[in-house]
Amino acid sequence: MASGVKPRVKTPKKATAGEAFTIKTLISHKMESGQRKDKKTGELIPRSIINRFTCEFNGTSVIDISIEPAVSTNPYFQFDAVVQEAGDMVFTWYDDDGSVYDTTKSVAIG
Amino acid sequence: MEFSRRETIALGLGAAALTFMPFRVDAAAEEVIAAFTGGADIGEGGVTVTAPEIAENGNTVPIGVDAPGAAAIMVVATGNPTPNVATFNFGELAGAQSASTRIRLAGTQDVVAIARMADGSFIQASAAVKVTIGGCGG
Repeated sequence: MASGVKPRVKTPKKATAGEAFTIKTLISHKMESGQRKDKKTGELIPRSIINRFTCEFNGTSVIDISIEPAVSTNPYFQFDAVVQEAGDMVFTWYDDDGSVYDTTKSVAIG
Repeated sequence: MEFSRRETIALGLGAAALTFMPFRVDAAAEEVIAAFTGGADIGEGGVTVTAPEIAENGNTVPIGVDAPGAAAIMVVATGNPTPNVATFNFGELAGAQSASTRIRLAGTQDVVAIARMADGSFIQASAAVKVTIGGCGG
């Protein structure tokens, strides 16, 4: 499942050193739980989800989430981060099929 | 493998003790929680679960967890076919030990959050959510 996957992240462009700010992330993904049945054939639709999400800032972990099928379609996460210097925030999503989606946002201090 | 009468009685007592756990969660959820805590005792307080009292659509139920000083928080939906929901591991740069997301709930149930604190102890809290339409496609 690599079609139509689009990560979206909202971070502030500028942050104050040592002060927490909120990050919102969303990735479009159908998150097939493996519980649903195909209405025509009656067979189970195989599981296909994003199983892990990480956020790192200059190589240091902010959050690392392991995700199970009970997370909704288009998984959305909101969390807080605190930084001391300017740098790049890297967001990575790991798909069941081995695909890895990532996006980077730079955060300035000011 | 055969059980003697004594062993059978001991097993029965153990099973009875399990059913009288203070927190009413079913067996599958209990296993998931035990795997996370390693069988350690779980305290109360210090962790908050934010969830709506009534969710009209079980496919997207907004929840939030907050546990100051936690290293990780696991969310368990006790009434789902697979009770695991997600585990949040907070890194060094986490601004607060809180996060929110949207989850699927199969029906009316308790959502439990268990936090592993920095010192290795565990605390938990739960929130009851009424679900009008379940979110597991059944």
